[in-house]
Amino acid sequence: MSYCREDGKDRIIFVTKEDHDAPSNAELIADDPNDPYEEQGLILPDGGINWNCPCLGGMASGPCGTQFKEAFSCFHYSKEEVKGSECIDKFRSMQECMQRFPELYPQEDDKEDSSQESAPADGSASERDSSPSAVEVSPENPPPTVNPTAS
Amino acid sequence: MLKCRTVWRKLAPLAKSSSTLCRQNVRRAGLNNGRTPVCVPAAHMSSGPVGGGGDNLKYALLVGAVSVGGLVYAVVTMKSDQKRYEQRIEELSTRPQKTSTKPTAAQIQSEPPAVPEDQPAAAPSIEEPSSPAEVEAPKDETAPETTTPPVVDSTPVSLKLPAHAPYLLIGGGTASFAAARSIRARDPGAKVLIVTDEPDLPYMRPPLSKELWFSDDPAVTDTLRFKQWNGKERSIYFQPPSFYIRPEDLDGAENGGVAVLNNRKVVYMDVRGNKVKLDDDTEISYDKCLIATGGIPRNLQLIERAGEEVMKKTTLFRKIEDFKSLDKVSRNVKSVTIIGGGFLGSELACALGRRSTESGLEVIQMFPEKGNMGKVLPEYLSNWTTEKVKKEGVKVLTEALVKSVTCKDDQLEIKLKDGRVVTTDHIVAAVGLEPNVDLAKSAGLEVDSDFGGYRVNAELQARSNIWVAGDAACFYDIRLGRRRVEHHDHAVVSGRLAGENMTGASKPYWHQSMFWSDLGPDVGYEAIGIVDSSLPTVGVFAKATAKDTPKAATEMSGTGIRSESETEDTAVSPVASDTPSPAAENKDDFGKGVIFYLRDKVVVGIILWNVFNRMPIARKIIKDGEEHADLNEVAKLFNIHED
Repeated sequence: MSYCREDGKDRIIFVTKEDHDAPSNAELIADDPNDPYEEQGLILPDGGINWNCPCLGGMASGPCGTQFKEAFSCFHYSKEEVKGSECIDKFRSMQECMQRFPELYPQEDDKEDSSQESAPADGSASERDSSPSAVEVSPENPPPTVNPTAS
Repeated sequence: MLKCRTVWRKLAPLAKSSSTLCRQNVRRAGLNNGRTPVCVPAAHMSSGPVGGGGDNLKYALLVGAVSVGGLVYAVVTMKSDQKRYEQRIEELSTRPQKTSTKPTAAQIQSEPPAVPEDQPAAAPSIEEPSSPAEVEAPKDETAPETTTPPVVDSTPVSLKLPAHAPYLLIGGGTASFAAARSIRARDPGAKVLIVTDEPDLPYMRPPLSKELWFSDDPAVTDTLRFKQWNGKERSIYFQPPSFYIRPEDLDGAENGGVAVLNNRKVVYMDVRGNKVKLDDDTEISYDKCLIATGGIPRNLQLIERAGEEVMKKTTLFRKIEDFKSLDKVSRNVKSVTIIGGGFLGSELACALGRRSTESGLEVIQMFPEKGNMGKVLPEYLSNWTTEKVKKEGVKVLTEALVKSVTCKDDQLEIKLKDGRVVTTDHIVAAVGLEPNVDLAKSAGLEVDSDFGGYRVNAELQARSNIWVAGDAACFYDIRLGRRRVEHHDHAVVSGRLAGENMTGASKPYWHQSMFWSDLGPDVGYEAIGIVDSSLPTVGVFAKATAKDTPKAATEMSGTGIRSESETEDTAVSPVASDTPSPAAENKDDFGKGVIFYLRDKVVVGIILWNVFNRMPIARKIIKDGEEHADLNEVAKLFNIHED
């Protein structure tokens, strides 16, 4: 049973698990998903990309931000059967840019130039062939999820 | 195409630094047509979908367009380089010799081969941090990539700063960095200049009084890296140095960037002329300016008046250097006293108290209130917290008003108004923050008399092109009224918002920031809104289990900084905690719960006491601003009995 006491102007209530079992009857106001004031998730109501989404970390703002935005935009708007297949070049140039900053964008497999020149790097090829959605980036900059749940 | 790049890479160190110098000198002399370098075909963020029918044709057209664009760029660059070279030669021959110490070499350098490939290649030459010393080195080994008409380098040693920064951020802390990131995300190719009087790149403050003290690494004062509970390590710096570009390179950066100018203070602001003056008389004009100057720690007047000897043994804690010095002091003295019972004071007391178990250091904390966090927590909780702090090894003196501090026999003697005397070796004063409003006078900006700081509107704007964010901003919160907030997450949120508004968003302060505090591994809370102990409160508590500790919370969410755990939730999968939490079961009454702060029956603040990852619900309740008849019902929404 819940127990309540007053300590001056402060009220203290102790509740057991059972006390809180019944669902709450407190009313919350329904949220407007298109509220312009609210923080947006990765995808904006108009379908565009929110580059300022905290989930992207510093990806869109760093030295490779331009390349990242190009590649990701291309992918996002791609209507190909294999989504983003026409964006390979952009992803490649983004990859190249990121390799210049290993501190910022640590790669799982740090391939040297030579392997890059000959063929798409092994590590990234598998991702890119299927779909360029999973971009390997540092844990501090979590990979942007392409199927976003607007948070 | 790729071979060239390899060659380029090999000659990189020399070529980069010298060609950087070339480019920037040329630009500084204002010889090129526009302010910005040759326009690269801008990154077209596709506003409409590409695709549909005729894909092959579109693809071919795209490739064709890119190669044509590349060729055009090549030709234009070569032409302008030629022109610049000739003009430069002329100018050099007529100019009085400033750099007589160095052989006046017409330093023949070359632009990198101007092909579209250059775009990425050019970037590192700008962004590679090359010391001024390297400027002379290339002289010895000219890097002859003389494929295109060369640009001349005259190698002055003095660093030439940009005369104009489209986005000027005054202050290099959390708010400033958040704004820089926001601007860069929203304005492609934005050039952002951060001017700070600190020697460090932007860093986060919370670990300075928490995690860094708990680190096992003896070199932590140098690395400034901390291991979070989940084992994930990170630096307190938001980004490593390679993220930033040099201020001298800002003008020439094709894709823009963030440059940090350290050890310079803005002393004068000319709002009509849209420019500022630094302490070395350099003037920088701006289009949009953010003031994020934070504040400086307050000191007790009687310490300031007590003389040099006392001041030498006093630490005001805020910056990295303060952390380093306190760390050193704490290893060398026998007794340290913290004056102040708020967030910083209590956190430092707990951190030092931890150390005391190993080193035998005496840690004393004294403050005028009745208990730790007396101005924040309701009395019963403040008392409970004080007991916890004592358990961390701290001698807590409550209701302590300092009357005088004197230096005796190389120790400090603190006399309290009620007669108690405390002898100690070192004092840490954590008695509040004085917002830095030095520029108010020259800029003609309003300063708030109630809260301090620059007075700004709900959109954080002070005047047309001037915004203020972080600790220094006294802003209008649509929901909660005018306030000034000194917390990390607020700096992030307000910095982001200022950055958004500087790039045209016109959004008011809406997403409520939160804050948190850990007092040892067993007591932690997150809070949001106005959390003032003078307001009536309603607390709903349950009994805590071993799982309800800050440590477990960070393990679950996979992040170390709790405000991050909210936003990174979608991207980072939670790390399951394998090891059982060593924290003992809380036998106290106030194990975990929710405390509501009320103003006119409306909830304006909420504390989540040892209850984590529920901030969105709390945020929602405050946003609604409704009168709730039964707060126990509202408390149910938090599921405090669950994990």
